[in-house]
Amino acid sequence: MSEVTEASVRAEARAWLKEHWNPELGLVEWRNKLADSGWGVPHWPKQWYGRDLPVGFGAGIEEEFKAIGAIGVAKAGIRTLAAATILAHGTDMHKEKFLRRILTGEDTWCQLFSEPGSGSDLAGAVTRAEFEGNKWVINGQKVWTTSAHHANWALLLARTNWDVPKHKGLSYFILDMHQPAVEVRPLKQMNGHASFNQVFFTDAVIPPEFLVTEVGNGWAVATTTLMHERRGADGLRSWAASSTSKGRAYDEERIEFATTNEPYKWYPQRAGRVDLVLERARATGKLGDLVLRQEIAKLLTMSKAAEWTARRARAAQEQGRPQGPEGSLGKLISSHIARAAGRVHTSITGADAMLTGEDSPMGGVIAEILVSIPATSIAGGTDEIQRNIIAERVLRTPKEPSVDTDKPFRDVPRNIAKK
Amino acid sequence: MRFSFTGEQEEFRTILRRFFEGRSPTTEVRRLMETEAGWDREGWRKLNQELGLTAVAIPEEFGGQGFGCAELAIVCEEMGRALVCAPYFASAVLAANAILNAGTGSQKSALLPGIATGDTVATLAFTETDGRWDAAATTTTATPSGGGYRLDGAKSFVLDGHTADLIVVLARAPGTSGEDGLSFFTVSGDAAGLTRKALKVMDPTRKLARLEFKSVEAKLLGTAGAAAAPFAKTMLWAAVCLANEMAGGADKLREASLDYAKMRMQFGRPIASFQSFKHKAADMLVEVELAKSAAYYAAAAIDESDEDIVAVASLAKACASDTYLQTAIHAIQIHGGIGFTWDNDTQLWFKRAKSSEVFLGDATHHRDVMMRRWAA
Repeated sequence: MSEVTEASVRAEARAWLKEHWNPELGLVEWRNKLADSGWGVPHWPKQWYGRDLPVGFGAGIEEEFKAIGAIGVAKAGIRTLAAATILAHGTDMHKEKFLRRILTGEDTWCQLFSEPGSGSDLAGAVTRAEFEGNKWVINGQKVWTTSAHHANWALLLARTNWDVPKHKGLSYFILDMHQPAVEVRPLKQMNGHASFNQVFFTDAVIPPEFLVTEVGNGWAVATTTLMHERRGADGLRSWAASSTSKGRAYDEERIEFATTNEPYKWYPQRAGRVDLVLERARATGKLGDLVLRQEIAKLLTMSKAAEWTARRARAAQEQGRPQGPEGSLGKLISSHIARAAGRVHTSITGADAMLTGEDSPMGGVIAEILVSIPATSIAGGTDEIQRNIIAERVLRTPKEPSVDTDKPFRDVPRNIAKK
Repeated sequence: MRFSFTGEQEEFRTILRRFFEGRSPTTEVRRLMETEAGWDREGWRKLNQELGLTAVAIPEEFGGQGFGCAELAIVCEEMGRALVCAPYFASAVLAANAILNAGTGSQKSALLPGIATGDTVATLAFTETDGRWDAAATTTTATPSGGGYRLDGAKSFVLDGHTADLIVVLARAPGTSGEDGLSFFTVSGDAAGLTRKALKVMDPTRKLARLEFKSVEAKLLGTAGAAAAPFAKTMLWAAVCLANEMAGGADKLREASLDYAKMRMQFGRPIASFQSFKHKAADMLVEVELAKSAAYYAAAAIDESDEDIVAVASLAKACASDTYLQTAIHAIQIHGGIGFTWDNDTQLWFKRAKSSEVFLGDATHHRDVMMRRWAA
């Protein structure tokens, strides 16, 4: 056998795609071919739809897909987190049952972690899972669940033991969302969108084989999911719409895209739309205002420096050098930028900043910026938690003494759940 | 644009950091800053003999090593970290660039090799008493006399101006204004009619002088009346090098404050374990990393002749000005009372942050330059 290099792998992928890619196939039919061949997720194990190739080959193989216009496996949304978690911790039965349908896009997933009483303090979850007879019975409430309204399956973190410290009493389950005991209600945000849901469980049922690893090991499994979430957070946002190419597979992908990305429509606005600042200042005739010019310059400085910081981090990674601290700062920086952008957009907009919808500039875009920015410093880990992480993991400051990790969770003061 | 350090550049940085840690501990900084000169020949000679640092960005044909702005910026960054007391910025950054940008071939051949070896310490005198950093503010006049020129006027805020062997002076033809009629001249440090006075500086690690010219004999450098463009280019390099020097100082100060907070015990625990400290430390890291990125990017942009370089250089300087000072303020706060004492080293960097904040133009000035490029 000849040596496996990136070039040889790309050539092999190119040849396979040339032989098999056909835009007139159904989307699921095509993705099943990808799963069978291993080319959809080449870094996965051979046994499970992959080819055991190094992760580093992925970008090159993706370019081969792009070159011929071939659609890849389903990647958007929580399903990739589910796949990563199942690959790392699932049983063969889990892998058999779920992985293929994740890749084909037939199943969508959601993540049931956050609760009204535990946001930053995720390990303080109080949704209960109790083993009754031959099944787990779930009661409680989750919140901030993207895509819960159309998900088939969910990753669930629930408390199975109240007499041990908080991190040790959690277990991790796979939950079938299609049961009457699971109620999904949209959660309307201050910007008028409802991108997330609240999920209520009233004696929802999980068969014992859908426990992931063991009872009490939920925090370790959740950490795997969260690690992949943080790593993939940027990928999710940059996931662009598919081409306007013709063919059945493309048509079906466009429908999938519209559904998966519906919740994220306002995300560019929540980041502050720095791209609009100069054009808006010009359009409103305020570009000559010296005070405003200074504020715009501060914003552009931050935004450019942030872009260059991300490039530095990427370059270090590409050269195989250990990443410096610059790789851990993006999320916190984006909050600073969003807030500064909000101030600048307000200065530019003046009295019109009191308006919304079609009465607001740019058909409501400016108003949407101003009321969406507060989400940036909260979603996916608040600024405060990000600062703790940077200080403790990057700067290696000592941990603060903890008052809740060494006693039974039952005795830890917590929020009272509303009935 | 390619924007990352090569393995060689990283190695260069490592060597410099180790060198300056050994040669420029704060005891040495304090010894030199108490002198009027602010540096000594012996240390300067070692710096150049052992590492050839003054030669880094001078082309090989003029006795240099022929590296670019990226390498020069690395030297500045590392010197900024260690607060090295030496006329490096004056000679290797300001004067060398002015000569390179304005001089004729034979003038470069005559002047640059001495700067490259460090035997000649040069500086650039452009700012005057009003403290404006633009060429148009020049009032010092150059009057033709015999085969040469005579300079009259005063320069102020001249970096190492009282100790330099060679002074490059920006002056104008009598009766001209704005950017017209500007030329560079070279003057010997001991020229007749030149009075040099060391200014009392708040940051004693960066010495400044006032120079008075009374009919001082000077040689024209380059083409008469055409100094505006080479001056502007020199200021670009200077702003970018200073931004890197400042980023280095800010990073060092940030690290020192972090180390202190991990050691300092209050209420039975290191103050670094308090969340109020952690959040400040995270914010400081964010600010310093942004300033470093801007400074690194600007140096790369110079080497690649990026068309946006004027805005980018000013962005880097503005970012560094705000960040260095803010980092210094945080650093003193983290140290508490001891941070406000003379004996604690934090004050040395605080003062460097303050002098660098305004040297070559403050953040407001550079943001204005940037906006004139991006939002004319």
